[in-house]
Amino acid sequence: MESSTRRTALKALGATLGAAAFARALAPIASASEDLSMAEVLQRHYKQLSPDEMKAVLQRLEDETWEQYGAVVDIDDTRPLPDTAFGYALNLSVCIGCRKCAEACHVENNHDRPSNQSYIRVLEIDNGTVDLAFSTNDYDHAVPQKQKYYMPVQCHQCDNPPCVDVCPVEATWKESDGIVVIDYNWCIGCRYCEAACPYHARRFNWTKPEIPAEEINPDQSYLSNRIRPQGVMEKCTFCLHRTRKGKMPACLEACPTGSRVFGNMLDPNSEIRWVLENKRVFILKEDLGTQPRFFYFFDE
Amino acid sequence: MKHIQSYPAFLRKAVGVSTDGNKYFYAWMVALTALMLVGVNAWAHQVADGMGLTAMNDHVSWGLYIANFAFCVGLAAGAVMMVIPAYLYKNKAMHDVVIVGEILAVAAIVMALCFVMADLGRIDRAWHMIPGLGRFNWPMSMLTWDVVVLSGYLLINLHITGYLLYTRFLGKTPDNRWYLPFVLLSIVWAVSIHAVTAFLFSGLGGRPFWNTALLAPRFIVSAFVSGPAFIILALQLIRRFGKVDIGDAAILTLVKILRVTIFINLFLVVAEVFTEFYTGGAHTASARYLFIGLHGHNALVPWIWTAIVLNVGAAGLLLWRRPGKTLAHIDVACVMTFVAIWIEKGMGLVVPGFVPSTLHEIVEYVPNELEWRVMAGIWALGLMVFTLGIKIAIEVFAGRMRAPGAPPMDAPEAAQIEGEVA
Repeated sequence: MESSTRRTALKALGATLGAAAFARALAPIASASEDLSMAEVLQRHYKQLSPDEMKAVLQRLEDETWEQYGAVVDIDDTRPLPDTAFGYALNLSVCIGCRKCAEACHVENNHDRPSNQSYIRVLEIDNGTVDLAFSTNDYDHAVPQKQKYYMPVQCHQCDNPPCVDVCPVEATWKESDGIVVIDYNWCIGCRYCEAACPYHARRFNWTKPEIPAEEINPDQSYLSNRIRPQGVMEKCTFCLHRTRKGKMPACLEACPTGSRVFGNMLDPNSEIRWVLENKRVFILKEDLGTQPRFFYFFDE
Repeated sequence: MKHIQSYPAFLRKAVGVSTDGNKYFYAWMVALTALMLVGVNAWAHQVADGMGLTAMNDHVSWGLYIANFAFCVGLAAGAVMMVIPAYLYKNKAMHDVVIVGEILAVAAIVMALCFVMADLGRIDRAWHMIPGLGRFNWPMSMLTWDVVVLSGYLLINLHITGYLLYTRFLGKTPDNRWYLPFVLLSIVWAVSIHAVTAFLFSGLGGRPFWNTALLAPRFIVSAFVSGPAFIILALQLIRRFGKVDIGDAAILTLVKILRVTIFINLFLVVAEVFTEFYTGGAHTASARYLFIGLHGHNALVPWIWTAIVLNVGAAGLLLWRRPGKTLAHIDVACVMTFVAIWIEKGMGLVVPGFVPSTLHEIVEYVPNELEWRVMAGIWALGLMVFTLGIKIAIEVFAGRMRAPGAPPMDAPEAAQIEGEVA
């Protein structure tokens, strides 16, 4: 009997020590979750939020940006315009590969500074091929080089988007104006969409984005350029916080060569319509059936 | 006796059995607990400071965790290779030990689910995947199918093992109606968990390396190699350390299965390699990266050739009609092929899908220390679940863990578990 009591006592001691050890091992989470409010944890999906709830969410996000980044920002919920189908075309005969678009994207969309993140990758490709296997994007020399052409790649806002299909929690979807968006507060960070995208258009926030307060672009939108949380996906939104208010995307404004054409494809008088109707237009990886809204064309 | 009294008694005794044993048992459990602590701590750091602590990046966005996930799903599905002989072919020897396979299925699914959880960037939002509570993108997303089939398989196997052990504990004969339908369901379900996991990869048109109809058959066949291999090793260990007398018959049945599956698996590898290399072109860049290296990048080449050599060696050992009764060469073959499938279906499957990237950039991935630690922790958890399940099963089947007032083991029951008690 005595030995069984001793045994029970030893077991209890073991269990207590074990529990204490596990609590100790998990300690990093406790200290990191101080920034995490209950309202954020329990927040519902974008499409389920009432206007009042949305208002409260936007206020909370603005407050959090102030607390965590020391910047006063204005986050709104920019909805799609009626009768709009955005399209983007890029003139490969004109692009010189200067990467001003990628830089403008980095600034406009409040990207993480240390990783120099951007939604745009500019490929340098040998003349005479369209095989991306003969491209590089880490070139570090004066542009344009002879015998090369340049192809900026960003989200193609596909009409048949594999990334949307694979998301297990509907955290990403296509809006009525054709833009594929992410609810950064609903994404669980499984990165299935990143594996599914054929255009390397999606990025993951591997760490909490770092941006100095004075560099933060304060004109923000919930579905686009607000500072993303750690551990979620992000992607190009055709700068919906600008384009849904009649402005052009930041990458287009930054382009010194005028290779970029953006607009409403439903407007018969738009430049994008003219390009699509009159130029030799092609889309990337057409065989995959993704039906992009991003087009490439040549002048001659 | 009422279930409301006897079931808690069953659970209490199960906890008692789980925490009692000889010094080897305690040493094993302490070692597993220590590994789990290491894993939990590494994971806690990853949750706090971000997945940037791993070696994954925007090019290779899945790594060691998803590799192990795919392998563990296979291990769980492979357990069905005991269930089919036991229940469909009425193999008596297999019937006596089939619970080992069912417990393995439970442990492997627990591991698979843990690996998915470890891979999530936002564990605090995992509830978004719960149907009804979150938004479940079913039937479009193959990941939601995987959630359904994996949790279903876990529940089915928990029910089967729980029911069989509990009725034995009560000293009753299991009622076929309460578990046979579930056993038959689990056979179909086992195939589904691995097919769905393969579809998760093969459905991606932008990743030519995965986008092949051969992927699901290869997943299933390799599961029928790794599963039986693990079970053979487990049975060998159980009869050595568990003081249980298990005859060679069940093991030899599994060896027969392995002799077939290991060659089908090798054949599928050859079929894939031929198609990729004979055709050539940009779509085969990933296969070239895996097998011979691409533009000087060859991190996976030694791994995949190790796997191939191990699998061919294991196949040779399995064919060897060794004189005498010893099975040592079979044990060696099982270890070899288990490791080989872990490489082939783990890193050898997941990483080349990302190399080169969809824009043909080559960024290599080698898991870092934190990822190895998380992996060790999850494997320790899985082995603990398996060990405890087996331990409880041994005690119940030997009649040492029995409900108070349960009838003593009668002759037919004792015969049914024929010579299991030392």
